Amino acid sequence: MNHCKVGYKMFDSMFYWVWLSSIPGMGSRKKNRLLEYFKDPAGLWDASEEELRKISFLNGGSVCRLLDKNLREDVSRHIENINKYGIKVINIQEEIYPECLKNIYDPPVALYVRGSLLKDEKAVAVVGSRNASLYGLTMAERLSYDLAGYGITIVSGMARGIDASAQKGALKAGGRTIAVLGCGLDKAYPAENKELMERIAQTGAVISEYLPGVPPLPQNFPARNRIISGLSMGTVIIEANEKSGSLITANFALEQGREVFAVPGNITSPVSRGTNKLIKDGAKIVTCAEDILEEFIFYQRTYNTNCQGIKEKKEENIFKGLDENERRLVEHLRNEPLHIDVLSKQSGLGIQLVNSALVMLELKGVVEQMPGKVYKIKV
Amino acid sequence: MLSKVKSCGLMGIDGYVIEVETDISSGIPAFEIVGLGDVAVKESKERVRASIHNTGLDFPVRRITVNLAPANMKKEGSALDLPIALGILAATQQISTEQLGKYMFVGELSLDGEVKPVNGILSMAVCALQSEVEYFVLPEANADEAAVVKGLNVLPVRNMSEIVEHLNGKKQIETHRIDIDGIFKNSISHELDFADVKGQENVKRALEVAASGAHNCLMIGSPGSGKTMLAKRLPTILPTMTFEEALEVTKIHSIAGLLPPKTSLITSRPFRSPHHTVSNVSLVGGGRYPKPGEISLAHYGVLFLDELPEFAKDALEVLRQPLEDGMVTISRVNASLSYPAKATLICAANPCKCGNLLDPARQCSCTPKQVQAYLGRLSGPLLDRIDIHIEVASVKYKELESTKEEENSAVIRERVNKARRIQLERYKGMEIYSNSQLTPSMINKYCRLDEKGRELLKNSFEKLGLSARAHSRILKVARTIADMEESEEIKTSHLAEAIQYRSLDRKFWCG
Repeated sequence: MNHCKVGYKMFDSMFYWVWLSSIPGMGSRKKNRLLEYFKDPAGLWDASEEELRKISFLNGGSVCRLLDKNLREDVSRHIENINKYGIKVINIQEEIYPECLKNIYDPPVALYVRGSLLKDEKAVAVVGSRNASLYGLTMAERLSYDLAGYGITIVSGMARGIDASAQKGALKAGGRTIAVLGCGLDKAYPAENKELMERIAQTGAVISEYLPGVPPLPQNFPARNRIISGLSMGTVIIEANEKSGSLITANFALEQGREVFAVPGNITSPVSRGTNKLIKDGAKIVTCAEDILEEFIFYQRTYNTNCQGIKEKKEENIFKGLDENERRLVEHLRNEPLHIDVLSKQSGLGIQLVNSALVMLELKGVVEQMPGKVYKIKV
Repeated sequence: MLSKVKSCGLMGIDGYVIEVETDISSGIPAFEIVGLGDVAVKESKERVRASIHNTGLDFPVRRITVNLAPANMKKEGSALDLPIALGILAATQQISTEQLGKYMFVGELSLDGEVKPVNGILSMAVCALQSEVEYFVLPEANADEAAVVKGLNVLPVRNMSEIVEHLNGKKQIETHRIDIDGIFKNSISHELDFADVKGQENVKRALEVAASGAHNCLMIGSPGSGKTMLAKRLPTILPTMTFEEALEVTKIHSIAGLLPPKTSLITSRPFRSPHHTVSNVSLVGGGRYPKPGEISLAHYGVLFLDELPEFAKDALEVLRQPLEDGMVTISRVNASLSYPAKATLICAANPCKCGNLLDPARQCSCTPKQVQAYLGRLSGPLLDRIDIHIEVASVKYKELESTKEEENSAVIRERVNKARRIQLERYKGMEIYSNSQLTPSMINKYCRLDEKGRELLKNSFEKLGLSARAHSRILKVARTIADMEESEEIKTSHLAEAIQYRSLDRKFWCG
C-alpha cells in the first residue's frame, strides 16, 4: 500500500491533504468527521479496510474510494500541477486557515490558494448578477472601493458583472480582495478575467477548494458560494434576479449566521427583483459603505482614522481645478450616469462644448466613459 | 466608293473618336465589320440592314467593308449602329457628304429605323467638343444629357429618316438647348432632411464634422437606433456640387447606364448603399468589359456600407486602396482603365452579434469574447482609413414625439460649405481638397499644436488608452473642427472634441 509514496522524496503532510481533498463523492462534512476520528489525514491513509468499515457514517462506496489505488496514485501528479502553477495548499488544521470559514457547517478540508491569506482577515462579500445593469456595476465598484478604503477585504467570485466590478473597485482603492473560484486555479474562469485574476493574486488571494484541472462544472458554483459567504462577516447582494446564484450565497450567509445586506434597485428592473425581495425578507438596506460597517464592532475603531479622511477628500476634490462648464457637467453627473445627448440637454451646453469638456474631465480623472457614450463619475 | 463618318467610343469614363470607314466595292455581296467589335457591334449588321430598308432607302447588294478606326481598340455596345448605317448611305451617295466631317453620330437603331438611347452620352459629348466637331447627332432620349456640354450643337433625332433629310438639306433639325442654372436650382431641394431626425445631437454633430472635412466615419449602434436614417441624410448636408463635379458624376452614372431617363445632369450628391453580399467586382468595378463599381458610382457622394462586419472580408479589403487614392485602376485583358472614386465612406455596424450591447433597455446576450470577435472582423487597415467613430444610442419615445424644431439640412450645409471653402483655399494647387486627404508631411505643416495641445494629446494617449493609429486621425479631425470655427490654429477644445470621436480605439470597448 505504500508503493505510491516511494519515489516521492519530499512528501510531507501536504501529500495526504491533497489526497483527502481529491476524493470525489464525499462531502466536506464527511471528510471533516473523518479528520476528527483519525486526527490527521495520514492516519486515514494508513487505516485498514476493517477499521474503516467500523465507522458508522461511512457507507460502502466511501470506503472503496478511500482505499482506491488510482486515486492514491494520482496524488503525485496533482502535486506536480500544484507546484507548476505556484499554488499553496492550506489545510484546515493550519493556523492561517481563515477562522470564520472554519466555523461553517462544511468547511473545505484544504484550500488551494494563489496569493496570500491574512490571519485576521476582515472581509465582506460583494456578489451579484452576471447580467448586471450599469447602475449595478457602478454601485458594486463604488461600494467596494469605499469598503476597501476602510481596510475591509472584498470577497467575491470573479464572475462577469457585479463580481468582477466589485473586485476591480477594491483593487482601484489599493485594498485587498479575494476571489473564490468554482474551478481549479490553473486557469481563469471566465477567461476574459485572466488579467484581473493575476492582479488579485498579486495583492490579495485567489482561492478554490478544487484541484488544478477541475473544470468549472455547474455544481461547483453553489459550493463555491458557501466559501464566499463563509470567508466574510457579511454578504452584500447588489443585483440579482429571482433565481440567482447570489441568492444562494445570501442563504448560505444566513445559515452561517452572517449578515446579509442588499442594495435596493429599481422595482421595474428584472435584475433588482432578487435584491428587493431580500429587503422585503429583512435584509439590511445598503446605500453606502457605512451602512455595512456600522453592523460590525470594529467600525468605531477605523471610523476615526480612515473614513472621515476619504469622505472629506472626495467632496472637496471633485470640483478642484475644473472650469465653469466642467463643473456644470459634473453637477449633473453626480446623481447618475448619463448619455452625452441627455447631458447636453440637461446642462444647456452645446454638444461640441460637452464633447470637449468631457474629454478634459476624463483626462483629469473625474469622469469615466462607458460604452455607448455614457459618462459617470469616477469612483 | 469610300466614306468616313465620325462616332465615339468609351474608355473608362472618357470618350474617344472612332472613325467609321465604309468601303463598297464590286464582288460577291457581303457585309463585314472589322476593328475589334464585340458581339453587339457584329450584330449591328442586321439592325443596319433592316433599318435602311424600312426607312425606304437602298441597301447596296455589293461587297461592304466597315472598319472601325482605331482598329486596335476593343469596341462595345450598340452606339455605332447609326454611324455605320450613315456610312453605307454616304458611300452609296444617298446622303450628301459635303458637311459630313462636321458631324459626330451615336445611336442604336431598331429594325424600323428608330434611334434608341445609349449609355455614356455625356462622356461622348465632351469628347465631341474636344475633337472640334460642330454637330453632335444623338438619340432624342439622350438629348438633355448631352446639352449640358456648353459650346456643342446637339441635334436629337427620333429616326433615321430625320437625319437623312437633315443632311440632304430638306428639313433642318433644331439644336437642343437646356437651362443648366435652372437644373441646378431645382435639384437642390431634397426629400430627406436632417430636421426629420429627433434628438441624436451628438451623432448629428459628428456627421457635420465628417461632412465638413470629408472624413470617413463608422457608426456603431443597436438595431433601430437610426444609423441608416442618419446616413441617408448625410448627402443633404454635403457641400453643393459644382458643375465640374456634377459632370464627372453624371459621366460615371451614364456609362454604368444608371442615369434616370430625361435627366441631363446629376446635381445632388450620390448615395450608394450596396447590400452586404456585394462582390469585390461590383464594389470597386471591373468585369470582362470593365464597368464602374459602387465606390465610383458614389464618387463625390457617400458610399454607405450598412452592417459592415457582415461584408465579405476581401470585399472590404479591396476598398482600401481606392479609399486612399480616390481612384480605381482596373486592369483586364481588354483594357486597363481608371475610374474616379472620391467617395466619403460611411459605415454602420451593430456593437455585437445580438446588437443590444449599447442599448440600456435591452439585454445583450453576448459574452465579451463574442463582442470582440464581432468587431474583430473589421481589419485594422480598414479602420485606419476611418477618421470618426460614432456611437449611436436609441432615441427614447419621448423624443420621437417631441415637436421641437430640429435644425434643417440647409442650415447645416451652409456651415459645411463655409468650412470646405476654407479648406479649398488652403489647399489650392495641392491636388487635395479636404482635410481628410492630408498626407503625413502636410499634417506636420497644417495641424500644428501649441504646447498645451501637445500636452493634452500626450496625456490622452497615456490615460485614455488610445491606440497609435489614432494619432494622425485625431489631428485631421481637429483641423476640420478648427476650420468649422474659422480658427487658424487648433485649440485644445478642438483637439478634445476630435479625441471624442475615437471610441473604438479606447480600451473600454474590449472590456
